[in-house]
Amino acid sequence: MSGDPRAPHPAPLPASAAGEGLRKRQPLTLAKLLSLDNPYLVPAFITCILLVGHATFGILEGFDKTLLAIVVSIVIELALGRIFYGKWVHPASAYITGISVGILIRSPAYWPYALCSALSITSKYVLRVKGRHLWNPSNFGISAMLFLAGETVGSLSIQWGNYLWPMLVIWVLGALIIWRLRRFHITATYVVSFIVYALLRSAITGNPWQSEIAPITGPMYQLFIFFMITDPKTTVRSKTGQCVVAFAIASLEMVLRLQQNVYAPYYALFIVGPTALLIEMWLSTRRARTVPTSAV
Amino acid sequence: MIDQRIGRAVLAVVFVGLLATPFLIRQMSARALPQGSSQESKAAALENYGFYFEEVAHQSGIDFVHRAPTLDPKLAPIMPEVASMGASVSIVDFDNDGWPDIYVTNSAEGSQNALYRNMHDGTFRNVAAEMGIADVNRPGTGVSMGAVWGDFDNDGYEDLLLIKWGRPELFRRIPGAGFERVTDQAGLPKWINANTAIWFDYDGDGLLDLFIGGYFAEDVDLWHLTTTRIMPDSFEYATNGGRKWLFHNLGHGRFEEVSAKMGIGSRRWALAAAAADLRGTGRPDLFIANDYGISELYVNDGNRFREVGKESGVGFAPKSGMNVAFGDIQNQGRYSVYVSNISEDGILIQGNNLWVPKEGMNGNAIAFDNLARDYGVELGGWSFGAQFGDFNNDGTLDLYLTNGYVSADRKRSYWYDFSKVSGGNSTIIGDARNWPPFDGRSLAGYQQKRVWINDGAGKFVDVAQAVGVTDTFDGRAVALVDLWNRGVLDVVVANQNGPLLIYKNMAPSSSDWIEFALEGTRSNRSAIGAEVRLFWNGQQQVQHVSGGSGFAAQNDRRLHFGLGKKASIDKAVIRWPSGVVQTIDKPAAGQLHKVKEPA
Repeated sequence: MSGDPRAPHPAPLPASAAGEGLRKRQPLTLAKLLSLDNPYLVPAFITCILLVGHATFGILEGFDKTLLAIVVSIVIELALGRIFYGKWVHPASAYITGISVGILIRSPAYWPYALCSALSITSKYVLRVKGRHLWNPSNFGISAMLFLAGETVGSLSIQWGNYLWPMLVIWVLGALIIWRLRRFHITATYVVSFIVYALLRSAITGNPWQSEIAPITGPMYQLFIFFMITDPKTTVRSKTGQCVVAFAIASLEMVLRLQQNVYAPYYALFIVGPTALLIEMWLSTRRARTVPTSAV
Repeated sequence: MIDQRIGRAVLAVVFVGLLATPFLIRQMSARALPQGSSQESKAAALENYGFYFEEVAHQSGIDFVHRAPTLDPKLAPIMPEVASMGASVSIVDFDNDGWPDIYVTNSAEGSQNALYRNMHDGTFRNVAAEMGIADVNRPGTGVSMGAVWGDFDNDGYEDLLLIKWGRPELFRRIPGAGFERVTDQAGLPKWINANTAIWFDYDGDGLLDLFIGGYFAEDVDLWHLTTTRIMPDSFEYATNGGRKWLFHNLGHGRFEEVSAKMGIGSRRWALAAAAADLRGTGRPDLFIANDYGISELYVNDGNRFREVGKESGVGFAPKSGMNVAFGDIQNQGRYSVYVSNISEDGILIQGNNLWVPKEGMNGNAIAFDNLARDYGVELGGWSFGAQFGDFNNDGTLDLYLTNGYVSADRKRSYWYDFSKVSGGNSTIIGDARNWPPFDGRSLAGYQQKRVWINDGAGKFVDVAQAVGVTDTFDGRAVALVDLWNRGVLDVVVANQNGPLLIYKNMAPSSSDWIEFALEGTRSNRSAIGAEVRLFWNGQQQVQHVSGGSGFAAQNDRRLHFGLGKKASIDKAVIRWPSGVVQTIDKPAAGQLHKVKEPA
């Protein structure tokens, strides 16, 4: 759910989960197109969720707002890429950001969709440390909108039906894609942590455990756990570190949930994600400094 | 490429501007709001809006307070959420004295409903007990959820259908002797957990038929639960609610259930229904607003209903439908439909729907656009009942909306738990045991009401606070009526666990209005379904006599038109349910016209 405008040419979409597969542009054969190695799998999958969800459940009131989010996202990405890097950045990553915004925020007005996309993409170019952007773009945009424009904006909650089969389909396909992209451990760590914390919350609050588990069976989490917390460009590099961060997100979410924060997962990722990256950078810098010394 | 540092600095400024945008928009919106957003003096309200309301229930002799039921103890943790409806109001002139009376329901076990007789002097007297329609909430029979009036036997006196979470009841008016219970002869079912019912003559045979919409499934006895799996199986696509019932009036007090035969079959959770001729066919179409799902529009093809919700646009995006009201808001002779839903800042922004008919549809086809946002009537909190009526007699229909779900502890909210569970899988949300206890918390409580006045140019402006509608009770039903025959519309509001409110319209007396009281002869005598199309000052407005609309409500059957200043009425064209069309040339403004259908 992001994109890195600094990716070396010609890699078009290096920063999202999809971007991993796009790092080296290779001709797309029919076999590859139909396989899990298809670099456009994530955008295609999210698009399918949107289209099928809308056709069967009417998850959107119309396509216009989602389209607005996508168009704004792509236009800003192209413009900023051109301005700052002198090239046309591949729009697939911005497309994912736009479509995520279009699905995940809910507002009767049009401007929040445009603004959320604009904030998401712009954040990648502004909030950078040592050449890396810190926030998952759509997480930044959505969190900012929920925090700053709560009177106009809500998040996707109950619009996908509450039935088992669509959830299972999305979970199975999402897991397959994420596994293929070698990021399943992040999702698995988070899900296990969430469930353990849900049971703990139930013990603390006295609420039925089913009510604490309920959120992760809903649609918002399906996008969150498969495509937001796994974003390669805004997660730390080591596998262990990624698991630790996923656990930390779940931990902070636990704290926020105990404070009855409706958008706990967004805010937890908003806080933990950049913090983890900064720590990783700091450790890398320190390591770089200590290596020559020890060599001496 | 531009200089990176300058470029980034500029971009950072733009970024800060983007972050500040919501704040700026909020400021601009607040500035753009008219003065009506705050309380004003009565004089200022009169000057600015042409009317204001005074709440006069107590001084009118009405101190009715609705009480909610206490259901099966298994539901105790979430009782406020489940037992959250039952306050209803319907207007009727039950004694045919030309002064409208008020019937209100109560919902605690053993509580009494009230029938307030209009004493013509500004006061009312509760005569429900002596008329035999008060003690209708006895344990074991369920409790009242709503009532609609219609002269089903065409004897010239209005009869009463009472819907309950329990046994529906039909009462026939016996002139001079109160009401007689005729439920068994009518053949009504033993138990329906209903929240909506309307009288309408769907086949135009001159006898009023009856539609009842189920909410909980009819095999659920909420006082003796065999399972706690009674909740909706989805918060957007639930299909495990009560069935729909269509009772064809056979005459002689007997009804035949024909829903399947007539093409009405759905188990969505119906909360509101209303009927009007939306396509100009001369037959009433049926619009149903469902909680936890999409709305349904059953068009009347004469011998069968056809559900066209998706094709017409009203039945695609699922919300929490709680109201159906029709209004010719553009003075173009066509009905728009107002469906209320839920909006809570930062949590759930469904937005209410204002379905405005599209231009240029062919034949009997109909399609709508949701223009609630464009008209400014989209956000109304946890919205319930709403009705269209011209409060300032300026010639355009305004909109009154009540709202609020559970007002308890002001400092503690149930929203977090509600949103946590409602997004979950059906196996979780469908079982009441899985819901966290309410524990005295509020859920969308203490909300400000909306009185949207129509500027006639495509915008509605909320002036509720300015015109004296300042209550924050948990509003449910709204009914409009000229209670004291003054030529202005008053508002009666039934509140859940709260008092019945009467907002007396204090608009100055004028002759900028006209009213019609219709009586059918070939058509049903209540004239339900009759349509009056008024032509004046180069414009027209259509209204119809309703057998129930809004949420758990029924407006006065008399039709009230505001006219604006210097009105010159060309004609009133009445289309009766029988098909007879009657034209009244240049009817006088400033008076009530009693019109009997030509034989």
